[in-house]
Amino acid sequence: MSFDLENLVSDLDIRGAVLYFKGNVDSEIINKALDLVEGKLLATRETPRIRKKVYNVLVESLQNLYHHADLVPRGYHASRSDRYGLVVMEKLGKGYRVTTCNFVSAVHVRELEEKLTRINRSSPEEIKELYKEILNHQEITEKGLGGLGLLDIARKTGHRIDFRFRKYDNQNTAFRLTALVATE
Amino acid sequence: MEPIIIEGTPKTPSVKFDASEGIFEIRGRSIPENSVEFYKPLNEWLDNYMQVPLDKTVVNIRLEYFNTSSSKCILDVFKRLEAIHKSKHDVEINWFYEEDDEDMLEAGEDYDSIIKVPFKMIEIVE
Repeated sequence: MSFDLENLVSDLDIRGAVLYFKGNVDSEIINKALDLVEGKLLATRETPRIRKKVYNVLVESLQNLYHHADLVPRGYHASRSDRYGLVVMEKLGKGYRVTTCNFVSAVHVRELEEKLTRINRSSPEEIKELYKEILNHQEITEKGLGGLGLLDIARKTGHRIDFRFRKYDNQNTAFRLTALVATE
Repeated sequence: MEPIIIEGTPKTPSVKFDASEGIFEIRGRSIPENSVEFYKPLNEWLDNYMQVPLDKTVVNIRLEYFNTSSSKCILDVFKRLEAIHKSKHDVEINWFYEEDDEDMLEAGEDYDSIIKVPFKMIEIVE
């Protein structure tokens, strides 16, 4: 069987997910996903604090896909997509888990891995200072601010960000990122 | 100067910048994919206001959500206000946050530590 991004989330409960989408992540899809999740969160008994955290983490996760997903490899079935990605949001006993998958050019893997490793090794105070440093001193680009989205997710969740890479071919790697907003 | 009045949308905030009153307000959600496009006219308007600011400028920021792409654009707004403050004009920034929204309070504190303008954190109790 040929590789699909879905292979990276075979351990997740996609059918029971609050949100599941795979395809071209454009502005309209982001709007629909946010509307859907906001409606579902309002129907729960979650506190406004938790609802806001979940919503914020979802915004940054979807917009990470929008701004940073690299081109889909040639030969992959959705190679015409500009911003191809997958998102799953699950409600677990301990909180809400948001997982995104996309392709990353092999040349970007090391930099991304180093960035995430640095975030995961940092204390909340260090993450806060790094966030302010980038906010104050880095110029904004068409792709947003490098790494600020990941730092924001780390700050809002207070948990380490789980990530994994899987080589697709010599030029492309499939990437999975998972953040947990704890409700306990 | 003509005021800027923009209606809010699900992804962009409502804006009211009125040079005759010296009261500026940004309110709602700021989560567009391209924040630069939204904030560019606001910052250009402020560039003009900075030439002849009122003795006192009050800025009310009342955001429910904002994304990291907006965070830099909002800082650019504040840097212009800082320049007005440095030119010996009163500037006051009121940063509103909802009760228990510690993330929004922290975001305000981040800006307060970067920008040298009097910042007031105001909790909204529902």
